[in-house]
Amino acid sequence: MHYHVADHYIESTSPLHRLDARVKVAAAILLILSVSLTPLGALPAYPLLWAILLVGVALSRMSYWMVFKRSLVALPFATAAITLLFTVPGRELARLPLVGWTISDAGLVRFVSIMLKSWISVQVAVLMAMTTHFTDLLWALGALKVPGVLVSIISFMYRYIFVLADEALRLTRAREARSADPDGTGGGTVVWRARVTGGMIGNLFLRSYERSERVYQAMVARGYQGQMRQLEPPPLTPAQLALGALPVLAALAIVVYAVLSWS
Amino acid sequence: MMHVGVLLAPRQLHIPDGFLSVPVAVAGWVLTVLVVALALRKTRDQLGERQVPLMGVLAAAVFAGQMLNFTIPGGTSGHLLGGALVAVILGPWAAVLVMTAVVAIQALLFQDGGLLVLGFNIINMGVLTAFTGYFVYGFLKATSGDNRRSLFVAGFVGGWLSVMVGAIATAVELAVSGTSPLGIALPAMAGVHALIGVGEGLLTVFALSFITTTRPDLVVGEAAPGKASARWVWIGLVVALALTLLAPLASPYADGLESVAERTGFLDAGLDAPYQILPDYTVPFLGETGLSTIVAGMIGTLVVFLVGWLVARVVRSRRAAASSSG
Repeated sequence: MHYHVADHYIESTSPLHRLDARVKVAAAILLILSVSLTPLGALPAYPLLWAILLVGVALSRMSYWMVFKRSLVALPFATAAITLLFTVPGRELARLPLVGWTISDAGLVRFVSIMLKSWISVQVAVLMAMTTHFTDLLWALGALKVPGVLVSIISFMYRYIFVLADEALRLTRAREARSADPDGTGGGTVVWRARVTGGMIGNLFLRSYERSERVYQAMVARGYQGQMRQLEPPPLTPAQLALGALPVLAALAIVVYAVLSWS
Repeated sequence: MMHVGVLLAPRQLHIPDGFLSVPVAVAGWVLTVLVVALALRKTRDQLGERQVPLMGVLAAAVFAGQMLNFTIPGGTSGHLLGGALVAVILGPWAAVLVMTAVVAIQALLFQDGGLLVLGFNIINMGVLTAFTGYFVYGFLKATSGDNRRSLFVAGFVGGWLSVMVGAIATAVELAVSGTSPLGIALPAMAGVHALIGVGEGLLTVFALSFITTTRPDLVVGEAAPGKASARWVWIGLVVALALTLLAPLASPYADGLESVAERTGFLDAGLDAPYQILPDYTVPFLGETGLSTIVAGMIGTLVVFLVGWLVARVVRSRRAAASSSG
């Protein structure tokens, strides 16, 4: 039984897949920044920003439905902003029947703006993850001046997630095999269940700690000196830079237009 | 409104993009860069070359450990965030690196948490949890003796408080960004995570119990700070902060000077301060509510504490320099 980490990367040779990872990471962050800079209430700007994303999806030759599905991960957090509907002062739009709270127009505009910003930003991040292999993404982070040690730690973590997630699954399976489950909760009291689970976690940690010592010694035996060596990447061409710069410039133009028209 | 807010509060602390304003998100990044840079330096001195494989594999262990859960009455399950546990085992700085890797991968690989707001997500779930867990565990363990029960209390409170601090920080960040009013966000997030924190506390305690039984040599937190005099400082701070909760009950009547000024008529001769940070013991965007007074009181207490601590440090280092050269 294996743990299937939902690694969002999907293999393809589209123009977006072949685009330099550094350009993609920088463009994604700048696009998300542009979306965040759009003033609340500039509602017509959001479909325009979304259009930029759709162009990117077209370039990636993947189905928009996939991007949309994965973008719903941010939805539960919407509850944090929903109170804006009732607390921002403004003209009354509607009144909830039982509790008597009023939804104001300003509150609605604010809430919708935040939800749209969030939704578009998540889709940009999803698109980047789907078109960039994670090792390329990490290399891009290092090239963009993220400290090398941190990138190395993250790359080690990525390599061992699959191994340790399998271990966690084996621990879970062992627990199920050894437990009666009379009421669907796992039996015993809450504290007892916590004790068992805590022991599993402690076990996993200890195995991982000792495993990391073996990993380190194996790497030293093979010449590890603290740095993961990599082949030189193909150089950045002006065409690639342009492909990355275009959506960012378009987004910035939309933001400037929105700021001038709506604030 | 508030009890519905508890129902509406998000159960996870991964903030998506768009929910924090740009200035707040940038501030979060500045903080994260500083803290992570410091953590990198401190752990390099501590571990050397073994740092990378150890941190990386343990980060994967935290990620995998977050998948292990147990059923809680009410149909949900309790699971681990991990900051407090890792901090007690490895020390706070190494824990910061481990949790930074965990939170970063969750954002980059699974879009669980935004990219622009990743700075504060790392602070809330990686830095605040680690330091809260480490210091609370160390303090409680040192003050309650070296027995089994003190480990349980210290581990549980450390884990629970780490989640609470993360949740409160998240609520404050949301409020400052204008995404959610503080009067609703703070009680809602604190309320929901007071329950979630119970799961974290229990798992932290029992995982620590297993690890300290099997390999006590690995646990840095056993040698955590807790000298007798330091204990009183912390107790004093906690008492002072607790007293601010009573602030709204303070007498509304003017004190001696102010009432004399009113009666004899020279009250109007007083000038306003050139700048007003916490006018009249209230927090500007909270208005004149009781919560506002409490928060203002806590801010004031912490500022005074920090100033006193900094002064003490300067004096102590001057004395040390004088005595070593004299």
